Parts: sequence; C-alpha cells; structure tokens
Amino acid sequence: MLKRVHFPASVLPYLLVAPQIVITLVFFIWPASQAMYQSFLIEDAFGLGTEFVWFENFQILATDHHYLASFQRTAVFSVLVAALSMGFALILAGFAQRVVRGAMFYRTMLIWPYAVAPVLAGALWVFMFNPTLGIFPYFLEFAGITWNHYLNGPQAMALVILAAAWKQVAYNFLFYLAAMQSIPNSVIEAAAIDGAGPARRFWTIIFPLISPTTFFLLVINMVYAFFETFGIIHAVTQGGPGTSTTILVYKVFNDGFVGLDLGGSAAQSVVLMVLVIAMTVVQFRFVERKVAY
Amino acid sequence: MSIKSLLCASAVLAVAGSTAFAETEIQWWHAMGGTNGERVNKIAEDFNATQDEYKVVPVYKGNYTETMTAAIAAFRAKEHPQIVQVFEVGTATMMSAKGAIYPVEQLMKDAGEPFDGDAFLPAVVSYYETPEGELLSMPFNSSTPVLWYNKDALDAAGAEVPTTWDEVRTASQKLVDNGMKCGVSFGWQSWVMIENFSAWHNLPTGTKENGFAGFDTELTFNNASVAARLDDVASMGKDGLFVYGGRRGDSLPMFTNGECGMWMNSSAYYGSISSQAGFEFGQAMLPLDTKIADAPQNSIIGGATLWVLAGHEEAEYKGTAKFLSYLSSPEVQAWWHQETGYVPITTAAYELSKEQGFYDSNPGTDTAIKQLSLNTPTANSRGLRYGNFVQVRDVINEEMEALWGGEKTAQEALDAAVERGNDLLRKFERTAK
Repeated sequence: MLKRVHFPASVLPYLLVAPQIVITLVFFIWPASQAMYQSFLIEDAFGLGTEFVWFENFQILATDHHYLASFQRTAVFSVLVAALSMGFALILAGFAQRVVRGAMFYRTMLIWPYAVAPVLAGALWVFMFNPTLGIFPYFLEFAGITWNHYLNGPQAMALVILAAAWKQVAYNFLFYLAAMQSIPNSVIEAAAIDGAGPARRFWTIIFPLISPTTFFLLVINMVYAFFETFGIIHAVTQGGPGTSTTILVYKVFNDGFVGLDLGGSAAQSVVLMVLVIAMTVVQFRFVERKVAY
Repeated sequence: MSIKSLLCASAVLAVAGSTAFAETEIQWWHAMGGTNGERVNKIAEDFNATQDEYKVVPVYKGNYTETMTAAIAAFRAKEHPQIVQVFEVGTATMMSAKGAIYPVEQLMKDAGEPFDGDAFLPAVVSYYETPEGELLSMPFNSSTPVLWYNKDALDAAGAEVPTTWDEVRTASQKLVDNGMKCGVSFGWQSWVMIENFSAWHNLPTGTKENGFAGFDTELTFNNASVAARLDDVASMGKDGLFVYGGRRGDSLPMFTNGECGMWMNSSAYYGSISSQAGFEFGQAMLPLDTKIADAPQNSIIGGATLWVLAGHEEAEYKGTAKFLSYLSSPEVQAWWHQETGYVPITTAAYELSKEQGFYDSNPGTDTAIKQLSLNTPTANSRGLRYGNFVQVRDVINEEMEALWGGEKTAQEALDAAVERGNDLLRKFERTAK
C-alpha cells in the first residue's frame, strides 16, 4: 500500500516563484492593462484633455479600410519573414554542422548579425538598395530591373522582408545548430552505412529530430515579425510608398510615438496583442501535434 | 528621524552645497545632431560665459519627433526641461496644451526682458503667433524650400534657370535630352508641393485661415489649381522628366550625384550640398504656376522653435528669458544663419549679415529670406496650424505616392488626403479645447 506523504505547509515555494510572478506582473500584466485602459481614452499628447470613450477607438479602427488592409499585408510580411529567415538559417546550420576546419570562425560570423540594432540593420539595407547610390540597384539594372522602392510598393515590401529576415537568420541559426549538434552521431552514421546520402539523411533523420526547435522558432519568429520589425520599417520605408509597407506594428509605433495619438495607438496594440495570443494558441494546439519530442 | 526625512535633509545639503556659487540650471532639449549640435553647444557655452547667474545645459534628444515625444513624456512625469525645440508641424499640438506651455512673449514681459515683436521677420514669427499676435515660441532654426539647380548641367544643356513651372518642364526636357536621368525632383513633398505651393500662389490649404483661427478647421487643398499642378508633375514623371525619390531628404543624392539637374527642398541643405556636390550649384526662388497667379506671394517656413514649458521656478524663467534674448541678438543670429543656412530670424541679423558681406561672397544664400519676405504674409501664406499634422502629412505622403505611382489621379489623391486628413483634425479638435 502506498503511503500518502504530507509536506508541511511552507512559504518557501511561494518565495521561490515570487520573483517570476513579480516580473510577470510588472513587465507584462501592468503595461498590458495600461494599454487596455489607454485604448478607452481619447487624449491630447500632454494628457491635459482626456475623454473616456469606451470602444470608440476600436470603432474608428473597424471602419478604417486602410487599417483593415494592413492585416493582409502583415500576414504576407510575417509568413515570408519567418519562412525566409528560418529557411536560410536551416540551410546555413546544415552546412556549418558539416564544417570541420574553422567551425568556430564560421559560427561566430553567422551569429554576428544578431547583435546589430534593427534601425542600424535597416540603414544598411537602405544604403545597399538606394536607387541612386546602392550597389544592388546598379546590378539589377543589368538584369533589366529598375529598382525604386520609393515608388514601387512590391519592391519596398520585398526590401523590408529581406531586411527583417536577415536580422533574424543569426538567431535561428544558433538554435538550429544547437539542435543538430544534439542529434547522436550514431543515428546519422547508421543511416550513412545503410546508404543514405546527405540529403536523405537530412530529410529523414535530422529534420524530424529537430522539429521541436522548428516549432519553437516558428512561434518566436512570428512574434518577432509581428512586434519587433517597426524599427526596420521606420528606417527603410516609413511605411510607404503609399501604405504598402505599413504593417500593424508599424502603425502602432507611428501613430503613438510619431503622431502622439496614444488612444488610437493603444487600441491597435490591444488588437495586435489579442491577435498574437490567438495565433500562438493555434500554433500550440494544431502545429505542435505534428512535433515529435 | 525617519529615513525619508534623513534623505530629504541630505538632499537639501547636497543642493545647498552645489549652489553655493553655482548658477540656476536651465535645461534645453534640442534635436540638432552633428555639426549643428556643436553649434548649439557653442551658443549655450557663450551665453554661460557672459554671466554667472544661470547655466544653460543643452541636451540632444534625437530627431524632431523623438525630442518632442521625449519632452511630452517628461512633462507627464513632471521631469520636463525649461526649453524644448519643437518642429513647426508640432505647433498646434504645443499651443493647444494651454497648461503646459509658457508663451514666450508673456515670459519676456514677466521677466522684464526687453522684447520687440516687430524686430522679427514677419514670415517667420507669424507662424508661431496667436490670432491676436502674441508670440508663443521663440523662432530658432527656420528654413524654406528653394529651387536648387546644377549650374553646370543647365549650362551644358543650354537651359536657363526656370522661374515658372512651364520653364521647369522645358529645362527638364533639355536636361534629359542632354543625357541626364531626370530633370527635377523634390523632397518633403507635403511641405514643398502642397503647403508652400499654396502659400506661394496665395491659395488656402484649409478653412479658418489655414487653421489659425480655430481648431474647427477643414482642409481644402484639393482644389483644381493644386490638382492641375500635381497632374502635370505626374505627367512629367511619365515622360521621365521628374523622378520621385522619397519622403524626406532621401532624394538629395539624386541631385548631388548629378542624376537630377534641379531639386526643390529646404534652403538648410546648403551645408550638405556644398560638401557633396562636385559641380557648381545655385539656389533660386520656387517656380511660379502662371495659370494660378501672376506673381508669387511668399513662401512659408519649416524648421523649429524653442518652446518654454510651464511648471518651473521663477528664477529659472528669468534665466530662460535672458537666454532667449541672447539667442535672438543680431550677432548670435547672424552667426547661426551664416553657419547653417537657416534664415536669420530678425531683420537686424539679416542687415548685419549684409554688412558683413556674407551674401556677396556666397551668392544665392539670401534666396530663402527674400522668398519669405517677398510680400506681407496673407491669411493663406502666414503658415498653417493643423492638429495631428504629423499624421496628416503621412496621409498626404501616402496619397501623393499613389499619384506618382500612377494608381490615382491628382484629384483622387488630393480628395482622399483631405478626407482622411479631416478625420484626424476632428479627432484632434475633441481633445484640444
């Protein structure tokens, strides 16, 4: 017969989780509730004239077709950023894994871009793709492509996607490399002895075994694309030409910190927050089933 | 004795210790980076050296929007500076914040500093006055758009410096025929092609004297004259005579690299152009659209002014007033103007620059000031005062890009800009009472 064990009540467990709870409260719950509260207000920049308007800020958003159009744009942007950055990282990690000499050097170089600030990353791409000064428009000219992302919406979108994806490749690379290194060599060697080539070994052994990492990175990259890319867009296109690169988070940033419309900006950030929470839940419920731990 | 009172006591001691001979500190938040930032520091240092009662401390807070946002956030936290530099489009936001600002003219009066509103250039101060003529903020760095031209390229193409839009087209055609990539481009398109274009031809951009007479103003720049001009520019774009190069100053390299022969943008690009252009360049007045007016009115300014924020000690305001007097003295203004390409804000500073022979040795550098003081400003050319104007300009940028991209006609783009802009004005009106 099993004996039920009783632990004496103690404050220790509470103390141990307290820091985590405090951090969550101070850095997440509090600002999030502030944003919720702010989204019910229409207020001047200085906070001198405040009007409590319930859901009017949300109503304004719901009837603004420019705002609604930016959902689709955000979806395209986020999916492509996540796919590109994860795809490249996977390829690079696959090769870096096989490198024997100078592995340290390659890895360091590949991780480096992660240390670049978003705005700076944006500035680099601005210089490379400047229609007048940039090196890429010069080369594209030979291919018969006239590059002017100041006027051409799809080109501008391509540029911010590239810049945002590039910035994240290093981070993804780091995780993929670590995941691949944790795969026991014996498994891969066994496959090699059975006659599987590098490509087949990758797809049938390595790729399924790193699927938890892929899933984790998918969540992280989507959140990155949704929340952290406004710096790059601000530096590269400022949301233009027209509204062709105005994704949701850029509009939050621009309306709030440039336009000083705090209520409208807060309402947008609440919408964005709900959206990302919903998306993450969906990912955990449906995508995670396909992951083999 | 509680810890709190101990802390208080030691804080008082520390303050007393440091103020034994020290001055009252005045914080000045500004948005001038690079060389202009050094010049700002020099102005503060020179002022501090003239007396030992006050000490002005300039602090660089990033670009215009960042500086303004920082000051507003600081105000909400009651940690705001005495002086903050705010760009012209933030004017309506600042002036509507009645409890937060200390009107400069009032400040000077309260502090007993001599102040003569007539000493300032009308086109500069009128942007920052109440309808009753009270000056709200101290003009500091003001510029106006001019037509920059590549003299070598125009000569080579056998073209004259244009004075009308028809001539701009002819000159552009000659430049392109002579192998240039484009004839003309511009930056800050809302400021140059709508706000200044309207003022230059004495057209209103909105009701209620361009917003000066009340926040219940509505935008009206979607008139046939502006639309016809923009349609013509768009058609020049189709013919390869005009190339759009971005919202702000992004198109500067197109001019300095010799791709475009003419460029319309702020006179304050003087420093950048003279250091980057490998050709002889000049500046001329903005072109006239002869279908709209027979003679130009005057152009309006851009740039920034210094706002004094409320809620500080009287002694600090005394020092602030003294500093603003110093700042607007002819010597300081003439120096600042000649170094930066911003216009002098007082007539005296302009006269002094003339006497010093600055315009003789740098021909064309007085174009901006001549353009600003061409005529006495009218209700249409005094400036504009719209709330949420940073966002309104974004809307204008978006719609104009749709026009340059061929997705909309000028009328469609302007109508959409006015409609979306008016929504923003109404939203502003509700909070600014």
